[in-house]
Amino acid sequence: MSETLVDSQQIDSSKRTWLIASSCAGAVGVGAAAIPFVSTFQPSERAKAAGAAVEVDIGGLKPGEKMTVEWRGKPVWVIRRTPEQLASLGKITGQLADPTSQRKPSELTPEYARNEARSIKPEFFIAVGICTHLGCSPSDKFQPGPQASLPDDWQGGFLCPCHGSTFDFAGRVFKNKPAPDNLEVPPHMYLSDSKLLIGEDKKA
Amino acid sequence: MADFKEISPNASAGAKLTNWFENRLPTAFDMYKVHMSEYYAPKNFNFWYIFGSLAMLVLVIQIVTGIFLVMHYKPDAALAFGSVEYIMRDVPWGWLIRYMHSTGASAFFVVVYLHMFRGLLYGSYRKPRELVWLFGCAIFLCLMAEAFMGYLLPWGQMSYWGAQVIVNLFAAVPFVGPDLALLIRGDYVVGDATLNRFFSFHVIAVPLVLLGLVVAHLMALHDVGSNNPDGIEIKATKGPNGIPLDGIPFHPYYTVHDIFAVCMFLMVFSAVIFFAPEFGGYFLEYNNFIPADPLQTPLHIAPVWYFTPFYSMLRAITGEMVLVLIACVVGGAVLGVTKFKMPTLFKGVIVAAAAVVIAMMLSIDAKFWGVVAMGGAVVILFFLPWLDYSPVKSIRYRPDWHKYLYGVFVINFVILAYLGTQPPSAIGERVSQVGTLFYFGFFLLMPWWSRLGEAKPVPTRVNFVAH
Repeated sequence: MSETLVDSQQIDSSKRTWLIASSCAGAVGVGAAAIPFVSTFQPSERAKAAGAAVEVDIGGLKPGEKMTVEWRGKPVWVIRRTPEQLASLGKITGQLADPTSQRKPSELTPEYARNEARSIKPEFFIAVGICTHLGCSPSDKFQPGPQASLPDDWQGGFLCPCHGSTFDFAGRVFKNKPAPDNLEVPPHMYLSDSKLLIGEDKKA
Repeated sequence: MADFKEISPNASAGAKLTNWFENRLPTAFDMYKVHMSEYYAPKNFNFWYIFGSLAMLVLVIQIVTGIFLVMHYKPDAALAFGSVEYIMRDVPWGWLIRYMHSTGASAFFVVVYLHMFRGLLYGSYRKPRELVWLFGCAIFLCLMAEAFMGYLLPWGQMSYWGAQVIVNLFAAVPFVGPDLALLIRGDYVVGDATLNRFFSFHVIAVPLVLLGLVVAHLMALHDVGSNNPDGIEIKATKGPNGIPLDGIPFHPYYTVHDIFAVCMFLMVFSAVIFFAPEFGGYFLEYNNFIPADPLQTPLHIAPVWYFTPFYSMLRAITGEMVLVLIACVVGGAVLGVTKFKMPTLFKGVIVAAAAVVIAMMLSIDAKFWGVVAMGGAVVILFFLPWLDYSPVKSIRYRPDWHKYLYGVFVINFVILAYLGTQPPSAIGERVSQVGTLFYFGFFLLMPWWSRLGEAKPVPTRVNFVAH
């Protein structure tokens, strides 16, 4: 490599301008051609269409029992809480990250569930069983008392097996856990005392 | 174009044939010389230098077994799990091909981790080999993508929930995250669309990139020449014929040498395939023999062993840990401003940057910083050539305490890997937090500690004892 300076006399600047312009035009063309390819990554029309509301019969659910139904491919829990389980909600307010469901209420907690029990009827708790951290489904830890991966004063609730986030019986996340938010309460309404519709509410 | 070479009419048929080809494709003959018969590698290579060749071998095993698996596998959420079991039970010798591929994935990481550690020990990433190292890190990144997407294909519980967790990592990015995760999955949850696109990436897109990077890695290596355990440039001492005095032709010396290593490797590899293909749940997790169930996460979910050190670092970043990180940023900024001489403008920039980072740390969830730590742990490797300020390359001539430091680094990495396989626990969380700080401290403080202490004198010729 000899260190000769570029002789500006030798540069045909009008030719160079056109070379730069046509290169830019080519780059724009390549960029535009990428749009249809990247667009194919989006959910298909079929995937968007799937997602109708699900009707659930909760008549057979006994106190302390949980059932899981699938809505939009996600697990939705329906839990009939016992009076003790409901009573535990008030005792741990200080340990929770967001006890009154203030964070992202429009996404996570419909208006009718912005109460301590996060439900329409205190007895029945309906939530999407997907951890707000990285999307695992938390496991039931209904038994109070000390046990593995849980604090000694555990009142009962849920433990996410992936990263150890804990939630109370109203799906409210404990402080200092990887999950930032409470579990999502899906839009839902009661069609009758024993019939629940998940995915739609009266507003819609 | 080279001149046409005539050959004597009484030459042997083989020589005539060779000449015929040499006149028509001289590039192939030049490449053979450049990369094999006239590539002079240092003669003092030790045990650590076999892992590059072994990585190539495993790459070939993965490609060949992969081609045959694709002949029977069905990338469909309803059929995938069954088709893998079909390969295992009904396809003649299908179990062997499948176990070679699944064990090959783990073997790849064993070999590549050892290969990278060799680079760390002997300073193989330093001038003039920075590009060799950068291409290597890119290969490592591709391998991780390849392994992750391949793991979804059997469509077991671990496949499904592992993918769910990793794809949701992208959702933690502020503003664009949720849309990005949607774009990766192609559906609102991991499903058929995700499986199909991961299949496409796993069998064609990533392998093509990987092969290109391997070629770039080797070309860059053969242009600058291999490093060696003494960290000496053999090209600095050449004989009268212009060949490095401490260099020997790669072929036949190292090809034969590597054949021995290949035999040893294949013995271990076969032993695993035939006697412990699941390797106690580390190579193939037990939960992955249960078909994917979108409604239930397995009670204990952990990635495959080669991802667990990084997974531990992800888990280590909690709300409390972010406060510690903020303290580190403040400490770093204060140190930078008070200890180093620089224009006031630079100091202002440092203080402003620290303030911005702290503001972001306070306003964005710990979850996002966990993802940043996990990604940063890999990305920081790319910067290694510009972090090491030691006057010598090889660990052999560094102060003795460097050896202990590297030892602690390895132990720390193994502890993080172990914790990543375990269910979350309070004590494990603390240990992984300390481990994460050490991991990043090792690299980020390297410009400081690598200068400390007295380096030993480096000889001009390599240490070599003929055997």
